[in-house]
Amino acid sequence: MSYISLSDKDKKEMLDKIGVSSPEELFCCIPEDIRLKRGLDLPAAMPEPELLRHLEALASKNVYPKYLSFLGAGSYVHFIPTVVDYLSSRGEFVTPYTPYQPEVSQGTLQVIFEYQTLICQLTGMDIANASLYDGASAAAEAVLMAHRLNGKAKVLAARTLHPQYRQTIGTYTKNLAVTVEEVGFGENGEINFEQLVKKLDKDVSAVILQSPNFLGIIEDLKKIGELVHNHQALFIVTVAEAASLGILEAPGKLGADIVCGEAQSFGLPPSFGGPYLGFMGCMKDFLRQLPGRIAGQTKDVDGNRGFVLTLSTREQHIRREKATSNICTNQALCALRATMFLETLGQSGLREMALQNIQKAHYASERLTRIKGVKRKFAGKFFNEFVLEFPKDKQNVNEYLKKKEVVGGLSLGAFYPELKNCALLCVTEVHQKEAIDRLALLVEEGLR
Amino acid sequence: MIREPLIFEISDKGKRAFGLPKLDVPAQNDVLEGLVAREDIPDFPQVSEVEVVRHFTRLSQANYCVDIGFYPLGSCTMKYNPKVNEKAASLPGFTSSHPFAPEDLVQGNLEVLKRMEDYLCEIAGMDAFTLQPSAGAQGELTGMMLIRACLEERGNPRKIVLIPDSAHGTNPSSAHLCGYRVQEIKSNQGGTVDLEDLARNMTEDVAALMLTNPNTLGVFEWDIKKIAEIVHVKGGFLYMDGANMNALTGICRPGDAGVDVIHINLHKTFSTPHGGGGPGSGPVGVKKALVPYLPVPLIEKRGERYALNFDRPKTIGRVRSFYGNFLVVVRALAYVLTLGPEGIKEIAEVAVLNSNYIRKSLDKEYHLKYDSPTLHECVFSDKIQKENGILNIDIAKRLIDYGVHPPTMSFPLIVHGALMVEPTETESKRDLDLFIDAMKKIAQEAKENPEILKSAPHHSYVRRLDETTAARNPVLKWEREKKS
Repeated sequence: MSYISLSDKDKKEMLDKIGVSSPEELFCCIPEDIRLKRGLDLPAAMPEPELLRHLEALASKNVYPKYLSFLGAGSYVHFIPTVVDYLSSRGEFVTPYTPYQPEVSQGTLQVIFEYQTLICQLTGMDIANASLYDGASAAAEAVLMAHRLNGKAKVLAARTLHPQYRQTIGTYTKNLAVTVEEVGFGENGEINFEQLVKKLDKDVSAVILQSPNFLGIIEDLKKIGELVHNHQALFIVTVAEAASLGILEAPGKLGADIVCGEAQSFGLPPSFGGPYLGFMGCMKDFLRQLPGRIAGQTKDVDGNRGFVLTLSTREQHIRREKATSNICTNQALCALRATMFLETLGQSGLREMALQNIQKAHYASERLTRIKGVKRKFAGKFFNEFVLEFPKDKQNVNEYLKKKEVVGGLSLGAFYPELKNCALLCVTEVHQKEAIDRLALLVEEGLR
Repeated sequence: MIREPLIFEISDKGKRAFGLPKLDVPAQNDVLEGLVAREDIPDFPQVSEVEVVRHFTRLSQANYCVDIGFYPLGSCTMKYNPKVNEKAASLPGFTSSHPFAPEDLVQGNLEVLKRMEDYLCEIAGMDAFTLQPSAGAQGELTGMMLIRACLEERGNPRKIVLIPDSAHGTNPSSAHLCGYRVQEIKSNQGGTVDLEDLARNMTEDVAALMLTNPNTLGVFEWDIKKIAEIVHVKGGFLYMDGANMNALTGICRPGDAGVDVIHINLHKTFSTPHGGGGPGSGPVGVKKALVPYLPVPLIEKRGERYALNFDRPKTIGRVRSFYGNFLVVVRALAYVLTLGPEGIKEIAEVAVLNSNYIRKSLDKEYHLKYDSPTLHECVFSDKIQKENGILNIDIAKRLIDYGVHPPTMSFPLIVHGALMVEPTETESKRDLDLFIDAMKKIAQEAKENPEILKSAPHHSYVRRLDETTAARNPVLKWEREKKS
């Protein structure tokens, strides 16, 4: 099967017009000695029915969606209203490119404008961009943006920032004049405030932390923000579980200068890690340093409202090596899905979803910690994730759960050696009471 | 024409389009205690489901797209996006997989990734691929980081990256983000790299040459082996921007021509949809010397099982979370499997045929700065029309009236008033002819009635927009008008 639309007659007429006798001749500019003299070693073409059988067989080698899963840690399962899948699969949204020609791209542009507005409303920031790749690269971009803003070199990153986000920041900053130092966590799972006080000095460009943090704990943003500002540093708040913004106060209202993170929770399934949706908002004074595309409102020659990509003098196609970022293609279709998701849930739906998350996670935590030897590791306040500590001498509970077709929490030992017998569990509105009770029962069995 | 309001303008208190089942666990009253919770989100939308559906359906109708018609946006490879690939990417086994699931529970996903890596190695002639980068620009950055890590280990990361003046803007930007100074290399009269200028600038301070091939003019850098030699003799690396791989599939493998690192855009050559600006995917392929530095994790086949290898002491780390834009990779895999080896070769053959047909059909009406043979795209300019005061933007906007998406205009910078046309292989002769006829009519209009071009487009959802004011007085979100 191929997707070519030329008949043999068409090809002949076109070759005649060009004045060559075969398509082969059109490649005369490629030297013989670097031409491929054989066919590609790839599987033979599959007609559609065979392709679908083949891919369905591949997909069924995964235990999802059959297994019950309690993983979170930067990838969350939330209900996605049918209208999101239905509307976002329209060809008019799926098959255009970046709206370089605004007159024929008003659909995409107005959606970006609405998306930017929603991100501002949720984060409490003045402005937002049209999207970044994911939460990890958004965190890295935020750190680089802070460095451009104040020229200072040192960044303090909470150890409870998602480990992959920290690693990405490390990769992005490694070859630049930016160094990253870690700030540990305290006994209740929040950032170690005393350590932060000690490490903050006049050379610090920014403090970046996550809330709810990787251990599920909600940080005291106001208190930390005041401290950070007292040292003339910028305060970057990362939100990896965007559903929390449905109930927690906007970080921008609590002192954040830049809010960035992962909006996968807004209408994107876990998808084995991507595509996801990086978001970023900031104070309006930072506009010229904000990376990525931005849509703005304007008028056409008849005075009608319209939208365009704007402030492109920050970007690579104009500024080349002096651009604020190298980003070009971003996650537009994911931002579109997030916009549909948020507008469908609306004021009450988003709040209701967030409240059910917090309630169900607390029920699960309470139910699980009734089991002998299982306790919550940290006493801090949490949203929909929490860390449980299991008895040291017991076999790995997750292995037992697996046999019962349940994927338990994320074992934290690989990321935090000090949390060897701990696991991070996530419970959202999709988990029915029955499922939570089943998990508790199986954990109890597994520990016996 | 009815203009769709912003959702915030039709929002009204108490309307809803969504509800959850009643909470089925005992509610705890104190869960919010001690937290800074919010009551409501000021001005957040409140609409009904039918309002949501009509809002987005109407907005969709204000977009032009590949499913509607010809979209010759040069360098972007706007080919048809097969619908079966969308179905593949929506299989629940893929979409519901959690990225932190133990590897024995997601063998299907790991097989998808590993096989796609292997297929890309075969198509590009490289030794290994990483699928982690989210888009072409992130692929460029990753590729340059690999080069830097290798040079560092050899004792000197070097200072400069050479980039031809015809390159896409992401190249210099990515090199800069990797800590390098950019030195531009001139193009010669044929539109390819000036070998003398390259040799002069290729010192032992240079880490790499970033070469797009075929370049943004659609011209194949036929000296590529010599170019590679000049770079390699001085201990540098040859990076290839594979954005234009659509011209080469099954015909020529960059890895066989001396390329050390390449990124490929799955949303271009491998037909994953552009989505209004992403998500894309920018896999990076390397030769053996650079394999140790690839991002973690690496996917490995051990016997019949697939595994993730995080234990890679020389790795650059990671450039994003998890394993890249996985569902984009699923689509690309479906595409490769549908086409097979012959179909993959046919991509390049027909893309080049279509492009040359357009070039030949319009070379009297429109100026071609370079007369070198071109492959999958050709770059005209507005030089002839300029005599009547018509610029490339006027031609582009008039094309909209004829029902065609305009070509690329913002680069290459070495062609003033560029109109970069890339038809791709999926277009019918009828659609190509519609475009050619429209371009001919526009060339005629430019002489006889330039005003109709200057005021175009005339029939679009909005007409020409004031981009200057948008940048000078930025309005970047909706806000409720304050009562005075």
